Amino acid sequence: MVKRKIRIMIAKPGLDGHDRGARVLARCFRDAGFEVIYTGCHQTPEQIAAAAIQEDVDVVGLSCLSGAHRYLFPAVKKILDEKDADDITVIGGGIIPEQDFQVLYDAGIKALFTPGATLEGYRGLGPREHRGKDMKGSMHFFK
Amino acid sequence: MSALSVEQWAQKVKENDRKAAAKLISAIERKEKIARDILKQLFVPVGKTTVLGVTGSAGAGKSCLVSCLISAFRKRGKTVAVIAVDPSSPFTGGAFLGDRLRMQVHGRDKGVYIRSMASRGYLGGLARGTVDAMRVMEAMGHDIVIVETVGTGQDEIDVARLVQTCILVLTPTMGDDIQAMKAGIMEVAQIAILNKADMPGKEKAILDLEVALRMRPTAADGWSVPVVPTVATTEEGIDEVVGHIENHQAHIRQGDGMKKFAFQKAEKEGSVLIKDEIERVIFDHIRGTGLRRKYLEKIVAGEIDPYTAVEEVMSLFIKKSAKGV
Repeated sequence: MVKRKIRIMIAKPGLDGHDRGARVLARCFRDAGFEVIYTGCHQTPEQIAAAAIQEDVDVVGLSCLSGAHRYLFPAVKKILDEKDADDITVIGGGIIPEQDFQVLYDAGIKALFTPGATLEGYRGLGPREHRGKDMKGSMHFFK
Repeated sequence: MSALSVEQWAQKVKENDRKAAAKLISAIERKEKIARDILKQLFVPVGKTTVLGVTGSAGAGKSCLVSCLISAFRKRGKTVAVIAVDPSSPFTGGAFLGDRLRMQVHGRDKGVYIRSMASRGYLGGLARGTVDAMRVMEAMGHDIVIVETVGTGQDEIDVARLVQTCILVLTPTMGDDIQAMKAGIMEVAQIAILNKADMPGKEKAILDLEVALRMRPTAADGWSVPVVPTVATTEEGIDEVVGHIENHQAHIRQGDGMKKFAFQKAEKEGSVLIKDEIERVIFDHIRGTGLRRKYLEKIVAGEIDPYTAVEEVMSLFIKKSAKGV
């Protein structure tokens, strides 16, 4: 047996073409030793979920800067659950106002990364700068 | 998935359960014992699946072409599986797998299954476990399996031994006719594509390729390699490529072509499996003994040369295993 590699998919759901952040993260995860699958912009939740299952990823990281995160993030999580892929951890990032944190957390999103988050935080996936109070230490998957 | 027995897991893969297949490919990559047990059940000597390889240098347009090929085969009612290999970092072991990005239009199509694999230090343009992943996709019942190699230079030709039809993707910027004369990758393809044929230099590049390929001594199999100009971004030339694939498939399915292919594949696969197994057994044997470190330090200090070091390790290993330790 060989050491378990973490596979993460970085995806941008919906009508948002601002992918610089997603690409920086993809690169940062790569340099942290992850296998990163990058699927690009303008993906539907169905496309993202189907790809995540085929790729057998451990984590799906969703990036959204357009304000549609309240719909798109839970939609991806819901499809994964329906397809018996609830073992895939879904995290998110982007311009996400604090009042939306609880909604996303209740929908099963395990961590949120908003402006100010550090690359170190992402690498350890124990976000130092993230603002979701209840989400601290929720990355039990990586222990 | 691990709660399943070997038989149940194999059965699910054969029923085209995409999650079971995905988990199996991960287990293959991790070299879990159960993966090998399941693969034993999935083995078919000569299947009816069409197995294609797409190779060529980085940025030549391999992924875009594969995406075009998927569309073309889907129009013809065939189901398609793709293994897309990208390199792992030699420093961190991480990888950026970006081939899927070019194929995401097929994301929701239930007749298409795409898996990205990181090379994980394996040379030859493929990933460790690619052959096994191909077997999984065949067992799922796909009509066509396409293997896309990492961006290759000149010598990464493993794929050619493992696929029935190998497609080489080049561009008008590939270099002059001297490049086309070099051994290795130019010799292994059954179809040559000149992608980005809307760029300057197309005519000269096609001429160079045709001249180089016409002199191919391996043409003893009676197949002459076509050179097809394409523009993957506009799907120009794709139908012609598919036509050549179909022709080549018909060509090798005459007589004992498929048997020859199965033999060549088994030979390649066998040698890879044996090398892997020997390496595993020997490293398992010396793990934790400090022997590896000791020899490395001796080599660096000039106390021993690497050839003698390897001979000593091997003779130690052989002596020990003879005693049944």
